[in-house]
Amino acid sequence: MIFAYLIKRFVYALIVLFMVSVVTFSIIRLAPGGPSLLADPKLSKPEIAQIERELGIDKPIPVQFVLWLTQILRGDLGKSFLYQTGNLETIMTRLPNTLILAGVSLLISILIAVPLGLYSAIRPYGALDQSLGVLSLISISIPVFWLGLLLIILFAVTLRILPAGGMASPGLENSLVDRVQHLILPVFVLSTAGIAEIMRYTRSSARNVLRQDFVRTARAKGLSEGTLQRRHVLRNALIPVVTIIGLQLPRLVGGAAVTETIFSWPGMGRLGVEAALSRDYPLIMAITLFVAVAVVAFNLIVDLIYPLLDPRIGLE
Amino acid sequence: MDSDFGSSNVMLERARSGSYASRVVRRFGKHRLAVVSLVVLVVLYAFAFLGPFFSRSDSEAVDLGNQLAGISWAHPLGTDESGRDVMIRLMLGGRVSLAVGTFAVLFSLVVGVSVGGLAGFFLGWVDTLLMRFTDGVLAIPAFFVVLCALTFFGSSLMNIILVIGLTSWMGLARLVRGEILSVRQEVYVEAVRALGAQNSSILLRHVLPQVIPTMIVNGTLGVANAILAESALSFLGVGVQPPAASWGNMLSGAQNYLYNAPWLAIYPGMLILLTVLAFNLIGDGLRDATDPTLQ
Repeated sequence: MIFAYLIKRFVYALIVLFMVSVVTFSIIRLAPGGPSLLADPKLSKPEIAQIERELGIDKPIPVQFVLWLTQILRGDLGKSFLYQTGNLETIMTRLPNTLILAGVSLLISILIAVPLGLYSAIRPYGALDQSLGVLSLISISIPVFWLGLLLIILFAVTLRILPAGGMASPGLENSLVDRVQHLILPVFVLSTAGIAEIMRYTRSSARNVLRQDFVRTARAKGLSEGTLQRRHVLRNALIPVVTIIGLQLPRLVGGAAVTETIFSWPGMGRLGVEAALSRDYPLIMAITLFVAVAVVAFNLIVDLIYPLLDPRIGLE
Repeated sequence: MDSDFGSSNVMLERARSGSYASRVVRRFGKHRLAVVSLVVLVVLYAFAFLGPFFSRSDSEAVDLGNQLAGISWAHPLGTDESGRDVMIRLMLGGRVSLAVGTFAVLFSLVVGVSVGGLAGFFLGWVDTLLMRFTDGVLAIPAFFVVLCALTFFGSSLMNIILVIGLTSWMGLARLVRGEILSVRQEVYVEAVRALGAQNSSILLRHVLPQVIPTMIVNGTLGVANAILAESALSFLGVGVQPPAASWGNMLSGAQNYLYNAPWLAIYPGMLILLTVLAFNLIGDGLRDATDPTLQ
C-alpha cells in the first residue's frame, strides 16, 4: 500500500517535470525570433545556422522537442552569452548563496509561525490573536521589495547599524558576526509573507483539530492541557501545515529573486533577473528549468515524509 | 409613534425577505473596515483615472535643472531623479497598476472557472486530467516562468496581463470545482435534467451562477496579488518599461536615491500597500457577507 503511494507521488513528479519542459519549450518555440534567440548574436551567420541545425529547426515540432529534451537530460543546459562557463556551472556557483538565504528564511518562518499559530488557535479572538491577524494581513499586502527599501532606509541609511547589501564586508569575509549581520535584513524581508501564511494555516488547522471528538475524549479522561496540546493537537495540526510548507517553495524562490536584487545578494535569483534584463536567453531558460526541477524534487521529498507523520496516508 | 413602529417593522420584514444580493450588501455594510476600504479604492481609482485631467504637468517631461526637488506649488510632491513631476507619475502609474491588476484577474477568472467548472461538472477522466494539470501548474515556480516568458516575448502590457493571469488561476479552479461538485447534486439540478435540459444549459444557466460569489471574492483577493506581482516585475525592470510610469518601476528609480531623496521610495510603496490592503479587506468582507454558514 505504502509502496503504491510512493510510486504515485513519483509519477506525479515526473508529470510536472514533463509539463515544465513543454511550457519552456513552447516559450522558446513561440517567441518572436524563435529558437535562434538561443544562439549568441556575436556569432557569425554560418555559426548561428550550425546551432539552428543542431536544434533541428527544419524537423517536425515533436522531433525538435525530443532532441531538445535529450540534450537537457544529458545535463547540457546551453551556454550563456555573458558568462564563459556552461549554464549549469554558472548556476551552481550561485546556488549555495540562495540556499543559505532561502533555507534560513524557511527555518525561521516555521519556528516563528507554528508556535504563534498554535497559540492563536488555543486562545482565538484574544488580544494576541487579533493583533497577529492585523499583522499578517499587512504582511501579505506589503510589496516585498518596498519592505526591503524601507528597512534599508531605516537600518542602513538612518541608524547605520546594519549593512545595506552584499554578503560580507570587504576584509571581513571570515567573520561570522559580519555574515549574520548581512543576513538579518534579507531574511526578515523574505520570511514576512511566509510567516503570515504558515501562521494562518497552522491556526485554522489547529482549530479544526481542537473541535474533534478525540480531543474531547482526551480532556474527559483528565489529560492536562499541556499534554493534550503536545501529544494530540500539535501532531495532528502539523500534518496539513507540512503541505503548505512544501507549497511555500515556489514563492520562496521567486521572493528570493526579488530580495537578492534589493540587497545585492549574489544568488541564483539575482542571476536570473540579470539574465532577463540583459536578454541572456539561454541562461534564463536554464535557470527556469533548474528551479523547476529543484522545486519538484523538494515537493517529492515532502510527499515522502508525509506517511511518516500520518500513518493513515499509505493505507488509503 | 405607531406609524414609526409600523414602518420599521415593514422594513425589517422586507429586509429579511429581501433578495440574496440585498442581504449580502447589508452584511457587507456591517464590516466597517471593508466599507472604509471600498471608499479608499474609489478615491484611488479617481486619483489614477481622473486625476491626470486636473494636472498640467507632463509625465515624461524631463527637467534636468530641477532634479529631486522638494514640495512646491508646481510640483505638489516634488520631482524625481530626472526632474519629472512625481504627482502626475503616481497617477499614471496607478492607471497601469490598477488596469493590469483588474484585467489579469478577469483573464484568470475565465481560465479558472472554465477548468474548475468543466472538471467538477463532467467528473471522470475530464476531471482527472484537468485537476492533475492544475496541480502540475501549481508546482511550477511561476516567478521564473514569468521572467522567462517576458524575456522571450517582451514586456508589453498585454504580455504582463497574460502571464500574471496564466499563473494565478489554479486556486480558483480548485475552489470552483469543489463548489460545482456539491451544486450538481442539488435536487433542482436533477429536476432540470429530468425536464430534458442539455448539459451545456444546465452548467451555464443553473450551476455556474451558484459559483458567482466565490468568483467575486476570489477575484477581489486576486487583484491584490496581481498588483503585487506587476509591481514586483516592474521594480525588477522586466515589467512595465520606462518612460511609462508604474508604481513598481518608480520604486526601482527611487532605489538609487535612498540617501538624498528617500521620500521618492515612500509614495509609490504607500499607494501599492494601500491598494493591496483595500482589495484584501474588501475580499475578506465579501467572503464573510456571502458565506451562507455565517448567516
